Amino acid sequence: MSTMYEVLPGPEHFLPPAAASMGVRLPDPGQAHIHGKIVNEDEAMEVAARQFLSAKVPTIFPGPLVLWAWNEKAAKKATAIRHLYETIKESVTPSQQAMLIPMPDYRPKYPKINPEIEINPNHPNLTIWHNKIDACMFVGVHCHQANLSLKIIRGGTYCYTIAMCAQAGHEDAMVSFRDATADKIMKLADWVKKLKGSVEPPKD
Amino acid sequence: MSKERIKIAPEMFDIMPEEYQDLVERATYGKDGRGWKDIGTSKELIEEHSLCAGCPESMAFRYILASLPAPEDTVMVGSTGCTSLVFPHVGVHNIHSLFGNQNAIASGLKRALSVRFPGQVKDVVVLAGDGATVDIGLDMTLQAWFRQEKFTTICFDNELYANTGGQESGLMQKGFVAKMAPVGKTFEKVKLPEIARESGCHYVVNCTVSKPNLVEKVIKNAIHVAREIGPTYLQLYTPCILEIGKNSMEGLQEMRDSEKPTERFAYKEYVSDEAKELLTELAAKEKERKAALKKQLADKQAAEKELAAKA
Repeated sequence: MSTMYEVLPGPEHFLPPAAASMGVRLPDPGQAHIHGKIVNEDEAMEVAARQFLSAKVPTIFPGPLVLWAWNEKAAKKATAIRHLYETIKESVTPSQQAMLIPMPDYRPKYPKINPEIEINPNHPNLTIWHNKIDACMFVGVHCHQANLSLKIIRGGTYCYTIAMCAQAGHEDAMVSFRDATADKIMKLADWVKKLKGSVEPPKD
Repeated sequence: MSKERIKIAPEMFDIMPEEYQDLVERATYGKDGRGWKDIGTSKELIEEHSLCAGCPESMAFRYILASLPAPEDTVMVGSTGCTSLVFPHVGVHNIHSLFGNQNAIASGLKRALSVRFPGQVKDVVVLAGDGATVDIGLDMTLQAWFRQEKFTTICFDNELYANTGGQESGLMQKGFVAKMAPVGKTFEKVKLPEIARESGCHYVVNCTVSKPNLVEKVIKNAIHVAREIGPTYLQLYTPCILEIGKNSMEGLQEMRDSEKPTERFAYKEYVSDEAKELLTELAAKEKERKAALKKQLADKQAAEKELAAKA
């Protein structure tokens, strides 16, 4: 393929192609990808931190794997995620609004979810639209549901997506990390702290 | 066991929607003698449902959930129909099957659970409508009973395909005219309770859901018998008020009218000898448990009285 397909914020169209089908590969251990390009993990950390700091509504979406304290690792990750959220909150200007919205369940909820307090993989765009979220990070969501959400978000919204994946990463995110641990999440919080004040806040 | 298994990460507790907070704080899981009287105490017993106002199926659903002897160790298998709209609100493991496949899926599931968790109680309960149980899924329903699969099959019998606008079903009564069956049914209601008995079910009940005490009793019996002995079947009348031209508040009366001695939902029960023995044993244990509780309460009250007298 001569021109590389780039995984960019949408809205792409109703059914965006799976990035994998467009030639986007997953990173190897120690690497990450930005818009589908394989990079060093630190480079992706900086890009993710800049996205959080420059977004109007930077948001973290923790999934069931970290919302429930089903083992020690999950509990540690939950602590790290809360720390990252607090760090983002402290690092942005008053015009920005950091959010932490759970994805507690994958079942389609009838008649509808409450987009103010949760996100559902079957229609994640509702939460993105309702809260005007322009940058988000998924963490602790099972792979299939994360892929589903990332594609729907890319298809129907302009939100910038980041995946902090505990497995091999996600082609459909704009930035994807792999082998997520509590330490890696804390490292991302350190990047946010380090870049605080050096990133231009969003213009109204 | 029970609630100790489900814990929200402390840092995430405040952001969880309240039904999940309620699930870990006030769920009736692990409570001895849980039953229909617990309805209203916990969101897990379907605080809100997505069915029509006054739908008897919503009552039945609540009674069943409240009566499961071990909800944390129960997997429910559902099928296409109005029930599939309620399962997303249910705090019990559940699987949605292909229309009619529910008893085949439950067979595999029950066997897999026995292999994966040997020596542990794992109940499987099928909950499907009359279309899934008697028409589309009759093969799977009967084969599971022939094979003596150890799970309970519950049929919500509303006597037609309500979810799709009122087509004729095998359990519809003879002569009934539905919105999408204008000629009227030309043959008798299929006698599935009798077929269940002849197919090897050890506990079979045909009734309405007008009496919560009764529903609780038959659900508990059916699950205990399925756990220890073999297949059980419950056919519960949950009329579709919309399709039979009733108002929201008329569902209960419709059930009461249909359970009179000469009517098609007059209480009918079949219990095999093996099941009878088991149920007698369980009833004796329950009696002992209640007596112990009563004594414990009386002792406590006496101690408090004594303490007050001394003070």
